Amino acid sequence: MRIGIVCPYSWDVPGGVQFHVRDLAEHLIRRGHHVSVLAPADEDTPLPPYVVAAGRAVSVPYNGSVARVNLGVRSVARVRRWVHEGDFDVLHIHEPSVPSLGLLTCWAARGPIVATFHTSNPRSRVMIAAYPMLQPALEKISARVAVSEYARRTLVEHLGGDAVVIPNGVDVGFFADAEPKAEWQGGTIGFIGRIDEPRKGLPVLMRALPRILRERPGARLLVAGRGDEKEAVAGLPDDLRGRVEFLGMVSDEDKARLLRSVDLYVAPNTGGESFGIILVEAMSAGAPVLASDLDAFAQVLDGGAAGQLFPNEDADALAAAAVHLLGAPARRAELRERGSEHVRRFDWSTVGADVLAVYETVTAGAEAVAPDDRAGFLGRLGRTRD
Amino acid sequence: MTTAIWIVLALLLIGVYLSWTAGRLDRLHARIDAARAALDAQLLRRVSVAQELATAGVFDPAASMVIYQAAHAARLAPEDQREVAESELSQALRVVFAESAQVVAVREAPGGQASADELEAAVRRVPMARRFHNDAVRAARAVRRHRTVRWFRLAGHAPFPLAFEMDDEPPPALVEHTARPDRPGH
Repeated sequence: MRIGIVCPYSWDVPGGVQFHVRDLAEHLIRRGHHVSVLAPADEDTPLPPYVVAAGRAVSVPYNGSVARVNLGVRSVARVRRWVHEGDFDVLHIHEPSVPSLGLLTCWAARGPIVATFHTSNPRSRVMIAAYPMLQPALEKISARVAVSEYARRTLVEHLGGDAVVIPNGVDVGFFADAEPKAEWQGGTIGFIGRIDEPRKGLPVLMRALPRILRERPGARLLVAGRGDEKEAVAGLPDDLRGRVEFLGMVSDEDKARLLRSVDLYVAPNTGGESFGIILVEAMSAGAPVLASDLDAFAQVLDGGAAGQLFPNEDADALAAAAVHLLGAPARRAELRERGSEHVRRFDWSTVGADVLAVYETVTAGAEAVAPDDRAGFLGRLGRTRD
Repeated sequence: MTTAIWIVLALLLIGVYLSWTAGRLDRLHARIDAARAALDAQLLRRVSVAQELATAGVFDPAASMVIYQAAHAARLAPEDQREVAESELSQALRVVFAESAQVVAVREAPGGQASADELEAAVRRVPMARRFHNDAVRAARAVRRHRTVRWFRLAGHAPFPLAFEMDDEPPPALVEHTARPDRPGH
């Protein structure tokens, strides 16, 4: 099958959607499909052979943060050329409601289009205002995919219609087979995520930390992620600061080794999560997981069966649960076992088969993808005249 | 003179808008047709594998009869009773494949592996295809409800699109079992 995948965010900036697109493309290529990925990137960025650069992304303020996206006449021309030359059986667009390549592709192409909605943004005024303009482009999508039941609910609420749920994939074997590192073992708690992004929840963990470290004298916290380290530990008593170790940005290999080594992985995120890939990675590596009870997290953790949940933003509850887990090896072993069992449904072998099933469903009997000649105003005018 | 130009311009713009809306509606109807064809294909696939399994002697006689009867009814159901008949096939499949022991038994029968895989693929894809179909129906209905579309009869003679409502819950033991291909043992 010839598959065209569109990534809305700059390829050279690390991010959840980009990683997902990369892993999906590589999985499909391994299964013998032809895959081309269109992504914003500079001409001179080193890219994998299957990625086509759509030009330099521009930074625009959007939805409360700065997004690096592609838009404008040249991008539309790029998209049309890619669609024309690719001769695809199916297009798979990611984040079609972000004003970037995904939306442009919807607008400029026709044929079987699959779209994955990753984030579940609360309905913004932009969306309400832009809806009449978005609708004609979005209604060309033949199959919508949401990454979790929670994302599906918000999608249905905002845009109507329906979507199938296919979770994000993880290469379970990569994490399960990583070699633990001795210096990261022995009473360690792991945290991975941006230090200076409050929604990732490090402040909550820092509030809970004094009690955890006092009640479990052997415990240490390992933090991987970028941000200001001094500011992060500013609230901690001096004598405890030495028991927090910052590893900075870590490679994928080190991330897997870290997750394999820790005795407890804590995800204190306070919101803005629609899936929780890090929890799946932690479970793949066999780390017992303690996470805030966000809807998305509760779902990934099978309602609390595959990992322990604590009330969101409740530092005392987090401390109590962590202290208990660090002193209960039997409970940790139980979580480990249930986690590794549960995580198989997120392995690429399962997720990839589901994605292919969607492609096959929408392409059965349908025409191949082609540029939509009526997308331009002049094209439409021409059509009225004949 | 200027008034005349304005009127011509306004009429032209209205014409462009109407043509564009008609084109959009046409595309939506085409999308429904494609989605309906895909749904039909998956339902037929499910019926035929179910019937094949029912006559292959891999079930006990009672289970064979239940599946055969339900598959037969679904295959022959007239259009207005199809949703009910297909739902009954889903229920029959859930009853027969209630335990994973039954799935294992089918897979171990000669040739059973391929049939079980195909049935599993079909019961997974029916809900997918149905969601895509109903999503297309919803989008087309939203456009057809517009005043412009109704006043200018832009939908032509195309029938008002109807959603396909049925019970398409797959048997948990069947989809659960194969979701773990690397499980040791079977």
